[in-house]
Amino acid sequence: MAETSFDLIVVGGGPGGYVAAIRAAQLGLKTAVVEREHMGGICLNWGCIPTKALLRTSEVYGLIKHAEAYGLSVKDVSFDPKKIVERSRKVASQLSNGVSMLMKKNKITVFDGTAQLAGTDGAKRKVAVALKDRSNVTLTAKDVILATGARARQLPGLEADGKLVWSYKEAMVPPEFPKSLLVIGSGAIGIEFASFYRTMGAEVTVAEVMDRVLPVEDAEVSAFAKKAFEKQGMKILTSATVSNLKKGANNVTATITVGGKAQEITVDRVISAVGIVGNVENIGLEGTKVKVEKTHIVIDQWGFTGEPNVYAIGDVAGPPWLAHKAMHEGVLVVEKIAGVKGVHPMKTENIPGCTYCQPQVASIGLTEAAAKAKGLELKVGKFPFIGNGKAIALGEPEGFIKTIFDAKTGELLGAHMIGAEVTELIQGYSIAKTLETTEAELMATVFPHPTLSEMMHESVLAAYGRTLHI
Amino acid sequence: MSINILMPALSPTMTEGKLAKWHVKVGDTVKSGQVVCEIETDKATMEVEAVDEGKIGQILVEEGTEGVAVNAVIAVLLEEGETEVAKSAAPAAEKPAPKAEEKPAEKPASPAPATAPAPPPKPAAPAASSGGTRIFASPLAKRIAAEKGIDLAGLKGSGPNGRIVKVDVENAKPGAAPATSQAPKAAAKAPAPPAGGQPVFVAPGDSRVPHTSIRKVIARRMLESKQTVPHFYLTVDFEIDALLTARTAINIVVEKKGTKVSVNDMVIKACAKALRDHPECNASWTEDEMIQYGAVDISVAVATDRGLITPIVRNADMKGLAQISIEMKDLASRAKSGKLKLEEFQGGGFTISNLGMFGIRDFGAIINTPQAMILAVGAGEERVVVRKGEMVVRNIMSCTLAVDHRVVDGAMGAQFLQTLKAYIEQPAAMLA
Repeated sequence: MAETSFDLIVVGGGPGGYVAAIRAAQLGLKTAVVEREHMGGICLNWGCIPTKALLRTSEVYGLIKHAEAYGLSVKDVSFDPKKIVERSRKVASQLSNGVSMLMKKNKITVFDGTAQLAGTDGAKRKVAVALKDRSNVTLTAKDVILATGARARQLPGLEADGKLVWSYKEAMVPPEFPKSLLVIGSGAIGIEFASFYRTMGAEVTVAEVMDRVLPVEDAEVSAFAKKAFEKQGMKILTSATVSNLKKGANNVTATITVGGKAQEITVDRVISAVGIVGNVENIGLEGTKVKVEKTHIVIDQWGFTGEPNVYAIGDVAGPPWLAHKAMHEGVLVVEKIAGVKGVHPMKTENIPGCTYCQPQVASIGLTEAAAKAKGLELKVGKFPFIGNGKAIALGEPEGFIKTIFDAKTGELLGAHMIGAEVTELIQGYSIAKTLETTEAELMATVFPHPTLSEMMHESVLAAYGRTLHI
Repeated sequence: MSINILMPALSPTMTEGKLAKWHVKVGDTVKSGQVVCEIETDKATMEVEAVDEGKIGQILVEEGTEGVAVNAVIAVLLEEGETEVAKSAAPAAEKPAPKAEEKPAEKPASPAPATAPAPPPKPAAPAASSGGTRIFASPLAKRIAAEKGIDLAGLKGSGPNGRIVKVDVENAKPGAAPATSQAPKAAAKAPAPPAGGQPVFVAPGDSRVPHTSIRKVIARRMLESKQTVPHFYLTVDFEIDALLTARTAINIVVEKKGTKVSVNDMVIKACAKALRDHPECNASWTEDEMIQYGAVDISVAVATDRGLITPIVRNADMKGLAQISIEMKDLASRAKSGKLKLEEFQGGGFTISNLGMFGIRDFGAIINTPQAMILAVGAGEERVVVRKGEMVVRNIMSCTLAVDHRVVDGAMGAQFLQTLKAYIEQPAAMLA
């Protein structure tokens, strides 16, 4: 008989849940994870990681198609969708196995099944688990962390059917690549798929209900991205509503309204990427003090739900829906539970965001508009890729880095980047924000030459009218 | 995680001290703010408070131990649930620690030094606090604190390892009293108490007067001097009849130049001449070596509405009395209106403090560090003295020289006074 009594039960083995479990084990808590599908969750199996594998393929393919620009001759370039998808799945399963190993290494008990809060037993919480082998087991623990994640949002009339209308899941494992594609929604998920399929040769239309693509990013980044996508041959429709999907045998005719004018377009496939909803159903929240608002569990700064000894982290606990936010929350909630001293609540403005379209987008902190709305006096700097030696050498002269400072205190309020490899650069500003550096320290930092990171320096200098290379 | 309790530095120059007394024993539960032990230096005993709560797991330095290096682990505090001291936490007996990283030269740079330190032998370190221990604060927190006029030393940091971050400064009020956060604090309760003393009770009708920056600098520098400089005192009576006669004669001449030489001006000149004769007294102590000054620059204490300030008569040994008199009047009047330039009160190798005009007969002054001597001048008055077996009336001025024993020994100090006495009692010698 397996052990059923624990210090901590984590419901969900995604990036939030498994990281929370590892931290708990490190702190000496006897820990269990209940996972209904596969360790690593959406991120690792159906999100961040396999899409990065696909996007790497499209990046290499894109480069090969431009081989001549680099002095190379490549003939008869072709690809095999099956192999591309295979590679992506292999990457995902390799990492998922890695997470299972980490559970073993940290002596964390993993239950394959679904879990529900099932009241209390004295001072302990009870969790009923329906295992995959159809048996049931009741676990007890002092504390429970809900890390059940989220799933694609389904809009009425635009529901994914898995065949003609895809969610991210089908879009990741297509039996064949569509010749034409409509992507509904231009957030990170939508635009990454749009970017991938466009590079692989599909006619791609993106319909965004807001007035710009990547609506959470700085307006200048959105504008630059739109131009770049259009240059690649993408069709971008903003302030656009998709009202109807008429399904044919092997195609879909969508009605899109822009500025009061309706138009119809016919495409092979549609990807619906209109946001996500939290997985709050069937986890035993009924009759508890756990509050759900807009499909997400309401928590305080320590992840506490209001129900004694029940916490929530990650996507199910609300935006931003990012794996690294979930991991960080997992750690801080566990440390709080374990009584570690000096634990700090998370600062949302210090969480970076990355989108892996071509060109890449990365940002942290306030947009210029948001900073202005706070009534702050600003210093804003911008430096273009065209002014950077390494960018030119790479053949990636498109993009810019923008930094926003509080003119009074020198606080780095936000940074916004678009261009090659910016997702690898943004961490520099994350560290700067966490350490509360001002423009002075950033200016005094030596950035290596020749690197793209020099633009991070130049952007700061530009904010104070001191840029060197432009 | 167990927490190490470290030997605190009670002043910037302190490198070691005596663990005078333990107030707790192994196994005791302590609260944050509770006094755990007393540390002694030459001049002061300070109570050390726990900054965290927990149980005393281990006491590593026994009561009565002298020469405990600053930052050495003196005890280990266990947090709730811990039962034993992790081995790594206690670098026990190995007579601990890098002997204080702080060199005396690393004096806290203060915004408006009121009294006049001699040119520091080494460049002053940036930042830092009134306590002298390094304060960890984020650059943004420092910037905001500077703008709002908040003393970081008064804040408790909420960041990692107590680092002061933006939110701590934003929540602080300008002029927040320095007290808390650092370990060597003296029983800090509501109204910040005097160092090492009893708490101050504020009753209705009492008023709270915020410290001016000059007051803070005076407090810090005087405390530092009294606590870290081994003072000794030499008192001498000067017969000043000849000096008064000379002054009258001199003034007949200089009054035409629009000034009038005071007794104090003549004391300045006499001290300057004596210092020229005794260069070993015109000096400062540093850990590595003695600094003997080439120039004779005399700081003169001037009382102002805002507090004490010590403008400097430079190269006083080379100046005539009229010149000294004119300069002194100018410096004093600008000191009173707060218009001295930094270089006019920073530096100096010797200080004169004169309370004669208030009828003070004799007093001992606190050395104006890093100088080695200060002369406290009392009132010149007619006293009955015995000369050649007869009682006669003479004008006598008593002076007390306070001396830093690290720089100047008793006999050296006495010889300096002998020389000074010769100049004052036979003022014509100053012309030599």
